Amino acid sequence: MRVALFLTCVNDALYPGTGWATVRLLERLGVEVDFPAAQTCCGQPQFNTGYRHETEPLVRRMARAFDGYDYVVTPSGSCAAMVRDNYPRIGAKALAEGRGPELADAAASLQNRTLELTEFLVDVLEVTDVGAYFPHTVTYHPSCHGLRMLGLGERPRKLLQAVKGLELRELDGAEECCGFGGTFAVKNPDVSLAMGHDKVRHALDTGATILCGADNSCLVHLDGILRRNHAPLHTLHLAEILASTEQHPYQPTTTGATR
Amino acid sequence: MSGTYLGLPSFPDAAHTSTHDTQLRANLTHATHTIRTKRATAINELPDWPQLRTAGAAIKDHTLHHLDHYLLQLETAVTNAGGTVHWATDADEANRITTHIIHTTGETEVVKVKSMATQETGLNEALHTAGIHAYETDLAELIVQLAHDKPSHILVPAIHKNRTEIRDIFHNEMAHWGRPAPDHLTDNPTDLAEAARLHLREKFLRTKIGISGANFMIAETGTLVVVESEGNGRMCLTLPDTLISIVGIEKIIPTFQDLEVFLQTLPRSSTAERMNPYTTMWTGTTTHDGPKNFHLILLDNGRTDTLADTTGRQALRCIRCSACLNVCPVYERAGGHAYGSPYPGPIGAILTPQLRGTTTPLDASLPYASTLCGACYDVCPVAINIPEILVHLRERVAEQGEGHRAERAAMRAATWLLDHPAALSAVERAASATRGLHPARLPLPGPAKAWSDARDLPDVAAEPFRAGWKKARGAGGAPRKDKDTPR
Ligand code: SF4
Repeated sequence: MRVALFLTCVNDALYPGTGWATVRLLERLGVEVDFPAAQTCCGQPQFNTGYRHETEPLVRRMARAFDGYDYVVTPSGSCAAMVRDNYPRIGAKALAEGRGPELADAAASLQNRTLELTEFLVDVLEVTDVGAYFPHTVTYHPSCHGLRMLGLGERPRKLLQAVKGLELRELDGAEECCGFGGTFAVKNPDVSLAMGHDKVRHALDTGATILCGADNSCLVHLDGILRRNHAPLHTLHLAEILASTEQHPYQPTTTGATR
Repeated sequence: MSGTYLGLPSFPDAAHTSTHDTQLRANLTHATHTIRTKRATAINELPDWPQLRTAGAAIKDHTLHHLDHYLLQLETAVTNAGGTVHWATDADEANRITTHIIHTTGETEVVKVKSMATQETGLNEALHTAGIHAYETDLAELIVQLAHDKPSHILVPAIHKNRTEIRDIFHNEMAHWGRPAPDHLTDNPTDLAEAARLHLREKFLRTKIGISGANFMIAETGTLVVVESEGNGRMCLTLPDTLISIVGIEKIIPTFQDLEVFLQTLPRSSTAERMNPYTTMWTGTTTHDGPKNFHLILLDNGRTDTLADTTGRQALRCIRCSACLNVCPVYERAGGHAYGSPYPGPIGAILTPQLRGTTTPLDASLPYASTLCGACYDVCPVAINIPEILVHLRERVAEQGEGHRAERAAMRAATWLLDHPAALSAVERAASATRGLHPARLPLPGPAKAWSDARDLPDVAAEPFRAGWKKARGAGGAPRKDKDTPR
């Protein structure tokens, strides 16, 4: 089984720790992981803001970069959803505009192989207990694209529940959007912040010390609010929790943007 | 659409005000969360909900594909049943026809059934100009009318008001419109309802003309259907001599049997009722009961243009249940008025720019009034993929808009960079090397300011993953002997 890590642009530049955690976790579970250097970004910011044509070179790049791998695994629900939901749309529109099947083929080549991390763990590796150890109180925010476009369902929570030492606290209004929404966060800053503040308030109400998510884009927004308000709560990607073991527990200071 | 809403600020500007109105936020959060929970319970009772949803979408799609056929069939059926059918291309034409019909009767007063179509055409304002008084009879519409306000929700137009505010409105305004509010009116819901009942009864018994929309029009029989909870609609539909129904052409369904699906999905989605208390149907005129004159005005007003758009046309399936509003986190914070249209919330964000075009700053901002979280698509009883249409309309706005030139340039530059990993890597390394210099707040205007006014910016990584991987693993995947995976 040849597995490629699709890290996403946000994680590459801002959260490399998530990338390393994903690699450690998968290798611990016996998976050989590649990081094809030709990968960059799925094009979600462009597409969702209305620049479909600007997305097209990135669709081609993704298909080329991940050609030949059995699975493309990504620690980002929204980027997986972009590939699975929106790439076919981009391909179909190009075809309808008389530009041939090339983009549609590129989209199709990725569609069934691209999986979000928790899908890969639960559906392909068929594990929920990944042997992790994380002695903290955690609350989980299911990001919208993972929740609704991918239908991740209980997968992330099942994985968290199996972590030794971890106490999972229920988040009020968990399924409500955090207000990030890509460029929405800057195009509609007032509404975005109103939503973010409500999410943060619910998270603080749980009394947990860690706010966990499976999509760092939402966490950039929530973390920005938490830090601005000096709140006693840290955001952390699910992969970092699952990668943490008794021998090598999660350490917040040594990689990238962790703090 | 009507001129009533023109010149309003764009969505982000309007939302800037409403998000800071704590009373409004509290009213909306309370109301939407209550109905949200109730709706979910009502839907979960039906084991065949997914099938009903698919069936509803299929009936509407089929009808929209053969709209010309069914509309002509409807015209014939309505005419045979003693009604008169008028065709209106736009809001002005619909209002002109309506005014003309009323003038011919010599009347100067009409009672109205709550109707989205007449809000869309700005009928009340047009009638006012023509010297005709239009009285809203739906409780929430009455509140909005008495308050000289605009509706902010499809189903509960006064959702932004609480009981105390409503009591004050009744107390201060009712006397100017007819029967005054009782002395010492409390904000108890029963008392408020009773005050409205007394005020309205006087109007029902006196007024000779009723104006309505319709939830459905049945092509096969020429029957129109209004679904409501209060019964005021039924009074307007049956008591006056003349009934004028103004209905969007997309409200048509082929057969009487098709109603079966929607009479299950609509009440549960909108009010979380298993069955709505009043379903009134009328077919032309009758000699004994109901109106002696019936006029049906079929309203286009941008609908055929919407129909021509293969992605956007899904919006015409909408049965105006308002479930998408009640579940929308953006609507909940911004309030209905921010959308500057009778259609607020997710459906408004896709319908208004299609009906009205995207040339004003307000209309161009509506497709961006969403985080694309998808909650609206999940609840929609006719499975309108609202996020898909939003992105589709954003493309239209981005292509036409002068204002989007800088954004497009930025997106192009980003794409170029992302299509050249070596260049991207260089930029990332430069950012890492200067990471100590990046402040958490930026003094720059534009998107950076919009972000950092209230949120810290993320730190840039000491070493981007791509660079670290190259160092640790080289080109291949296996860890080098001498290097460990960073932790
Ligand atoms: S779009 Fe769907 S959910 Fe929204 S009002 Fe229309 S039918 Fe209801």
